[in-house]
Amino acid sequence: MSKPLKQIHLAAHFPGVNNTTVWSDPAAGSHIEFASFAHFAATAERAKFDFLFLAEGLRLREQGGRIHDLDVVGRPDTFTVLAALAAVTEHLGLTGTISSTFNEPYEVARQFATLDHLSDGRAAWNVVTSWDAFTGENFRRGGFLPREERYARAREFLATAHELFDSWDGGEILADQASGVFLRDAGAGAFAHRGPHFDIAGHFNVPRSPQGRPVIFQAGDSEEGREFAAADADAVFSRYATLEAGRAFYADVKGRLARYGRTPDQLKILPAATFVLGDTDAEARELAHEVRLKQVSGATAIKYLEHVWNRDLSGYDPDGPLPDIDPDPGENTIALGRASVRQFRDPFAVARQWRELAAAGNLSIRELVIETTGRQTFVGSPATVAESIDHLVQADAADGFILVPHLTPGGLDAFADTVVPLLQERGVFRRAYTGRTLRDHLGLAAAARPVAHSHR
Amino acid sequence: MPSPSSSPALHLAVALDGAGWHPAAWREPGAAPDRLFTAAHWAPLVAEAEAGLLDFVTFEDSLALQSTHPTESDGRTDQVRGRLDAVLLAARLAPLTRHIGLVPSVVATHTEPFHVSKAVATLDHVSRGRAGLRIRISQRDDEARHFGRRKPDEGRAALLDEAADHIEVVRRLWDSWEDDAEIRDVATGRFVDRAKLHYADFEGRHFSVRGPSITPRPPQGQPLVTALAADSGAYPLLARAADLGYVTPRDADEVRVAVAGIRGAREAAGLGGGQPLHVFGELTVFLGDTQTAAARRLQRLDAAHGSAYTSDAPVFTGTPARLADLLLEWRAAGLTGFRLRPGTHAHDLPAITRGLVPELRRRGVFRRSYEAASLRGLLGLPRPGNRYAAPAPGPAPVPGPAPAAVPTARA
Repeated sequence: MSKPLKQIHLAAHFPGVNNTTVWSDPAAGSHIEFASFAHFAATAERAKFDFLFLAEGLRLREQGGRIHDLDVVGRPDTFTVLAALAAVTEHLGLTGTISSTFNEPYEVARQFATLDHLSDGRAAWNVVTSWDAFTGENFRRGGFLPREERYARAREFLATAHELFDSWDGGEILADQASGVFLRDAGAGAFAHRGPHFDIAGHFNVPRSPQGRPVIFQAGDSEEGREFAAADADAVFSRYATLEAGRAFYADVKGRLARYGRTPDQLKILPAATFVLGDTDAEARELAHEVRLKQVSGATAIKYLEHVWNRDLSGYDPDGPLPDIDPDPGENTIALGRASVRQFRDPFAVARQWRELAAAGNLSIRELVIETTGRQTFVGSPATVAESIDHLVQADAADGFILVPHLTPGGLDAFADTVVPLLQERGVFRRAYTGRTLRDHLGLAAAARPVAHSHR
Repeated sequence: MPSPSSSPALHLAVALDGAGWHPAAWREPGAAPDRLFTAAHWAPLVAEAEAGLLDFVTFEDSLALQSTHPTESDGRTDQVRGRLDAVLLAARLAPLTRHIGLVPSVVATHTEPFHVSKAVATLDHVSRGRAGLRIRISQRDDEARHFGRRKPDEGRAALLDEAADHIEVVRRLWDSWEDDAEIRDVATGRFVDRAKLHYADFEGRHFSVRGPSITPRPPQGQPLVTALAADSGAYPLLARAADLGYVTPRDADEVRVAVAGIRGAREAAGLGGGQPLHVFGELTVFLGDTQTAAARRLQRLDAAHGSAYTSDAPVFTGTPARLADLLLEWRAAGLTGFRLRPGTHAHDLPAITRGLVPELRRRGVFRRSYEAASLRGLLGLPRPGNRYAAPAPGPAPVPGPAPAAVPTARA
């Protein structure tokens, strides 16, 4: 008997601050106006996607001491946009990235509990950590952490938030007009948390929300990040969208669940994925190349190289060869506020590898950057893309994908209109929402309600 | 400033909280108290306020359970306890409304001005120019323990001063993008003109914030900043930080004293000349078709509650026509508008929109249609220039609060 087909989970990442967003396209619209978010959400909901995803960055990126001006700059507040989107959608999950470093558990917990109430159970939290003093300069407490402490704080932050969510069991509000009893229990919301990062106690002031707690996402890839996901997350926003890397990551992270008493279906692995569609595979490849040229201008290529070299390379010709000088081994101060800055742990090795690549292919700086940063996951006709997505999911390289279109806000439209129906025909993607909450969409069990307890 | 003597406009806002301001409001017919934490409870209330062409609604908030005790939880079970985050609630309602201003409460004492700035800027973006905020401080021990990072016994004056700094940071961040900073210049490959992005560089006694905001300048430039001054201790905060202050005088003489006090505080802060500032009177209202009917309603609520209702604001009981008389008298004494707290949402909000508003309109002092697209526009306030922008050639721009006038600011 063959294995039953896995159902695919699909989500949409609103395109914003990153150099994959092609703002120069004549069809590119505002990345700030609510109409853009409403259009994008409507498309995702029309396509029966699980959720919409928002990233976050709490300081404008800088390069060489000046604000980076080549990519989309600026974004709205995550919670506020998601709350507004709850008014114009009915089913779509609403996932926001919120830092555990520059916030306090009480405030974030009540924001997520509020969002869950106001969306009737569609809230999700992508818990991220930050540690840099650069971003901390925007906050009254400075708030940066030694790097080794960031996951400790994140885990304690999340545990504290869960204590707050669980401080109401859901049965407290009687609201009996005749007897005048509003709360069944005077201790509703009572909590006390004492730990190295948070020492707080009192009463949480948002009653239990429809999902009990938001769906929890985790996005880090380090050893600590994987362990954090296995212990505490409902879903992982991963970066491995290819067959081999995806399968390895999937097996590794799902393999960690047992030690936390969890089963593999309790954690969904959802890689970020880009796509370029064409009527034919050849047309899609051609379009994909055009998109890459728009994403990586000459100036963008030089800026990207500076991440590795940690030097001002503005004097170099992007259509010429790689710099023959070595990277500056000092602290990387040239590019600030980018998640990718720290992906080059050994800049000498990267530079050496890139020189070899460039020599082998006779590549200019710009060509090399296009080559090494190519992250287009799905390129092809709708049939090809549907086939690839299904194959990756059935092969346990992922449970689904978080799609990042390169156009705001219409970049998802073609996918919704052409690929989704093919996945539905294959019987691997829903034709209608069957549940009400985001937990329902993701096939996650409802958050367990704490046993009604006599409060402290 | 808007001149009360020459302008026919009387401005009107309502303060929404729970099922209404009387502690027994949730027990009244129509309160549906089991739905207080759903959008379905709030949407019709704001729709009613908008149908009445009110200037704005406010949403109360706090970082602890409601309590009758000034600094601690009271453990009561006979009143509404629990509330939603006010900024998110306002955002949830923004797409359902088109004209009315949305003004959530924000507690400065425990929040980050960077987060507040981008949240209210975003509320302004999603409502297309209808956002404001009401800044509050917290002296509650229970709220301090929920954050666990400061002692609760800081003096009120210090917290008010910190709140003024908080708003100064929020305002600088709103200005940290010039309106036309996004250029999308395909020829040079530049998305923004970074010469039009500015560091807020605030350094004060309580905190420092670098900037710029991550969120582009909101449609109103500066969303409406409001604050309550129940006594003169908060006048310096109003003077430094607010576009609109709420006051709680009990009669026309107290109105004159409060208005003079606030104007004086603004002059003392160097912000008197030409700076628009609204002063709204605050009243809790129980309305009825007759004086007797209104009084009976309050009695019934008090009986359900078990004691007579008291409030930090004056309590009005009577007909919409009598309330109109009072508002006009106090307006003549110097107020520009009113924030009314409905005793119960189910009864007193429609009594305001369908009783008081038509009465004011008959007297020629209230709008017959929304005459402006933004909240500032409804209130007759200009869209402020950007403090960081190079002055445009031609007539001088409307001055914004100048950083140099703020004692704790780094120039």
